[in-house]
Order: sequence, then structure tokens, then C-alpha cells
Amino acid sequence: MKFTWFNLMPWPYLPDDFREKNRSVWVDIDQKLFDPAKSHEVYNTYMDLLDYAGTVGFDGIGVNEHHQNGYGIMPSPNIIAAGLARGKSDAALVVLGNSIALYNPPIRVAEEFAMLDCISGGRLVAGFPVGTSMDTNYCYGQIPSLTREKYQEAHDLIIKAWTTREPFAWNGRYNKLRHVNIWPRPIQQPHPPIHIPGGGSVETYDFCIDNTYSYSYLSFSGYIRAKALMQGYWDRVAERGAPDASPYRAGFAQTICVAETDAEAERLYSEHVSYFYNRCLHVYPGFADAPGYRTIKTIQTGALSQYAPPTGGYTQLTWKELTEQGHVIAGSPETVRQRMEELIKGLNVGNIFCLMHVGNMPADKCMYSTKLFAEKVMPKLRNMFPDYADDDRFWCKPLEKRVKAGALAPAPDRAPQTVGA
Amino acid sequence: MELKTLQTHHVPVRYITGGSGPALLFLHGAGGVLREDPLLAALAERHTVYAPLLPGYGDSEEAPTLREMLDITLHYWDVVAALGLKDPIIVGHSMGGMIAAEMAAIQPNDVTRLALIAPAGMWLDDHPIADIFATMPFEMPALLFHDAAAGAARMTAGLDMSDPKFLQNYLVTNARQLGMAGRILFPIPDRGLSQRLYRVTAKTVVVWGDSDRLIPPVYARAFQKALPGAALVSIPEAGHMVIHEKTADVVAAIRDLG
Repeated sequence: MKFTWFNLMPWPYLPDDFREKNRSVWVDIDQKLFDPAKSHEVYNTYMDLLDYAGTVGFDGIGVNEHHQNGYGIMPSPNIIAAGLARGKSDAALVVLGNSIALYNPPIRVAEEFAMLDCISGGRLVAGFPVGTSMDTNYCYGQIPSLTREKYQEAHDLIIKAWTTREPFAWNGRYNKLRHVNIWPRPIQQPHPPIHIPGGGSVETYDFCIDNTYSYSYLSFSGYIRAKALMQGYWDRVAERGAPDASPYRAGFAQTICVAETDAEAERLYSEHVSYFYNRCLHVYPGFADAPGYRTIKTIQTGALSQYAPPTGGYTQLTWKELTEQGHVIAGSPETVRQRMEELIKGLNVGNIFCLMHVGNMPADKCMYSTKLFAEKVMPKLRNMFPDYADDDRFWCKPLEKRVKAGALAPAPDRAPQTVGA
Repeated sequence: MELKTLQTHHVPVRYITGGSGPALLFLHGAGGVLREDPLLAALAERHTVYAPLLPGYGDSEEAPTLREMLDITLHYWDVVAALGLKDPIIVGHSMGGMIAAEMAAIQPNDVTRLALIAPAGMWLDDHPIADIFATMPFEMPALLFHDAAAGAARMTAGLDMSDPKFLQNYLVTNARQLGMAGRILFPIPDRGLSQRLYRVTAKTVVVWGDSDRLIPPVYARAFQKALPGAALVSIPEAGHMVIHEKTADVVAAIRDLG
């Protein structure tokens, strides 16, 4: 199993009446709600939490990209990842990912990911999302029905830039580059492992299967509701004739809160979980799904955008509903272990993106939950897929000998000896 | 009116046709056009009307190779050629007005009469146009009609929003139609038309509803400024869907083109 500790980086100061007074947490969120001075502490706390998680046994620490978003103040995950590459953590850097259709030209991603891989000594796990409609279309202005074609070209260009050892010309529809020759290039060969976040597009299933990329379902609605979608993926894996159905071909994001007892979990975490589900996910439905962004095939499979309002409209979700319906896995280590087992077996997923910082959770509670999960839950879940224990196709392969950040000797008082002088 | 199909280089095109008299090409807006459209019926009294559907609209095939404004403008000239028309009166509403203006700018020698009804295609920073791609269906009537209640009744007549099958169909139609419209209009409906309008030589009328809340009438003046010599017909008590709210006035304005 690969456990990645993930932080969406929510803004923790959305007011109590946010839902009533604002139409959306995303795209046109009120500028006045962001306080740059307060963000100084928020960013540093969040980065310290990620670094901490990387020192207590998580396989990876994860970041992602959102724009103009009150629950994800991380328009550039690469900046956060660069900071983390130099921290105490030695875990994989899971950047899930860069919305490659948004970069002009997309070799910027090939370069920055290469830098991250080089700085971290080969610890990068790269993610290439198409990006949500909110980010890609409404914030970054990409034409919805051309987004996938542009994404595809960006992907092909990045892979070629990573794997070609001489300058080449790229005459694409969206990118015209006479001299592609990225410098630096990644440590990992032929390139860092790639995870593709998706939300039920059939085309994305096929793309992952055909390229041996891991398919990640980054849902907030939990493992029970994810069953049908993930089954659709595994059916497709079989249909498409993939050589195996390794659980590492898939990943799943799950909100997790651990305490000593179930009751303590509710007492400690319910307000923060409520903050996330009832305030942070308040997205104006008009931004959920720009016409043309999803393919007709995907719409016809009946998959609704996870940002589309639920049938019957929004209501305040209670702790009981959120935990019973599996949006959140919370409770004592034993409760969490049982439910995580259900999730892992039920969805057949080897990569778990653990959403352990939730909403406006303060650092002490977050570290408490993280430590309990790492010490009392994770070890018992390690060996869920013994048949695939050697499957390393979807994870990073760091250098054996890596330098430690900040390990330089003190500045010499005298001129250093020149070799050969 | 009949629904027919013709072949073009890119894709088979569905078009509504009927009536008799001089040829008139009608280019629909982002909402599409139906065979029962009252403006088409009124125009067909004096004209042979041809209303091609933009690929992806109605039951027509999508055209992945039409990506940019120039592709789409030339595609419509392909349609004119396939219909065997010489110098048809070109009438466009909203998105269709934008395409019609582009056609007249690209091939000025082939258009002598042009009617632009609340055309898209320009952007004034002081008067931003509402984002129709982020507008919920229930919010549309207020943007589109002078009389929002009557407009809402017109838009939802015979539809059952509580039927999941209808809803799925609606989502598919919307994705096909507005997905294609997005290539012309998203995220800002300006593809450089204003710097090409000087090339238009056709006798032109610009028609606008006084209470257009989608593309406000200040845009009428911008078009008039860019098209010296164009006549402006302002129609009171009509919104963006002036073609349905004041059909007779629109027909009269087109008739005056000769």
C-alpha cells in the first residue's frame, strides 16, 4: 500500500454565514475574505504539517492545483513541493498535479517537474489532471470543448521532452516550438511515475490503461459512493486487455479522522469536517461543468460532476450522515482500520490519498489524528495486496544516496585548497 | 418548413428551409433554432429561407475540425456554395450575427445585404456581457426576454424537468450545442471581429431590442460606429430574443434592405 498525506490547503477563515452570503467558494469567491497577512501563518502551518506527515511513516506527501478557490489556496503546487523537497520529510512528493492544458507552453511543466525530481533526488510522483471545469474553463479561460485536445497535446509534448535526448521541433496545434530541449531533465527514467486524477470520464480510463498510468479518483464523497465509478474503471481495465488488475493502477482520496475513540473523534473533528463539507464545497452550480468540458460519452454514462448539486438540493450534512455514508472515515483506530479495509478491498486501490487536514482543523488536532493513523492504523493495512508487493511501476524510485538539505559544512575562514594547485 | 441535409467538406449539415422568393440565409444564435421558429415562418412569406444548423446543434453531426472563428466562417461559406446560392441576404442573430458579420468581412464581394440582430462579437470593458456558460437555465429568461415571465413560459413549454431521462437529454444537448458555441463565444465573445468590420461593404442593418440585458444596446452603437453607413433599428419592449418578442418589427427591418 502507498499512503499519501494530502493537504488541499483550505482557507480556514470563511465566515459562519458563508453559504448564505456567497454564491460560490470557487471562481468568483469574495476577494475580501482572503487576508494576505493571515495567509503567512496558514501557508507555513500547512507546509509544516505536510513535512511532519512525511516523517511519521507516510509514503508520500501530496499537493494539488486549484485556482480562485477558498478550499485550495495552492494555485502553484510546485512552489509548495519545492519547499517540501528541502524539508525533514524523505517521503515521495506527490504533485497531483499540474493542469497541463493551462501552461503555455506546457514544457514549463516538464521543466518544473524535472527540477523537483532533481532537487528531491528522484522522489517525484507526477500528476497530470485535465483540471476541473472551474479551474480550467472559468478561471483560466480554456475553451471547454477544446480542453481535452489541448491536454492531450500537452501530455504528448511533455513525455517527448522528457524522453528525447536531442533538440526536436514541435509543430502542434496548440504549441509551435522550433527547439525543444529541456534542461534539466528528471532523474527518474524514462520519466517519473504518472497519476491521472479523473472524475469518471471513460476517455481518462483508457488513457491510463494504455499508458500504464495510475487512475486517481479524487472524490470528497467517500468510498461508498465511489464503488460504481471505480468498478467502471476496473471493468474497463479488463475490457481493454490490460496485462493485470494491479491495485496500484488506481488511487482514491478519502477524508480520514482518527482519535482514541469514536466519540472523541466526533468531539474533536466534527466542526472542522462540517466546515469543509458545508462551507468549502459550496460551489455555484453554474461553474460545475462548462458545456463541452465533458464528452458526450461521459455524460451518457450518467456520471454527474461531483460539483453538481445533489438531487434535492443542498442541505447541511451532519457528522452522522458524513460518517455513515462514508464521506468521512472517522473514529477510533480500530473503527478506521475496519473501514479503510472495506475501502481498499472494495475499490481495489493501492494508492490512498489521505485527506487528514480537514477544513479549518488546527495543527494540533491534525497532528494528533495523523500520528494515530500512522502508528495504529497504517501498519495494519500495509500488506493488503501481497500478490502485488513488487509492483513498483506507479511509484517513484529515488536515488540511493541523497544529500540532506542544509548539510553544507560551515563557511571556511580561509581560502579553500584548490585541487591540483 | 423542412429539415434537410447537405454535404460540406467538414461535415454533413442540417438546414431548415422553406418559403419562396429571394434567397435568405439565417444564422441562429447559441440557443439554436427549431423548424417551428416564428421568425423563420415570417421570413418565408417573402423569401426562400435557408437556416443551416451549426454542427452539433439539433440532430446534426458535430465537427471536431471546426475549432476557430476562421474555420467556422469559411464553413458557412462552404454551406452557401453547397446550397448553390449567389449573394443571399444574410441575417444572423446573436452568435449567428457574429458569424454573419465575419462572413461579410471575409468575403465582402459576395454579400450585398446584411442584417445583424443583437450580434455578439464585440466586447466593451465598461459593459461586460453576462457569462451564458455559467448561467443556470432558470436564470436565462431574465437575460433573454423583455418580459421574463412570458419568456420563461416559452422556454419551458412542454418540458418536464423532473424526468431524469429528459434531464440527461438536456445535458447532452447542452454539451453538444453550447460546447460548439464555446469555440466562438467562450470565455469572451470577441475573436477580433471589430478589426475586420471595416471590410464590410454590404448594405447593413443592425437591429436591437431596447431592453436587451444579455448584450446591452450600447453594443448597437459600437457596431454602428464600426460599420459606417449601417442603419440602426431599435425596437422597444424587446430583449435579446427580439426575434420572438417583436418578430414583425424584425421582419420589417430586414425587408427594408431590399
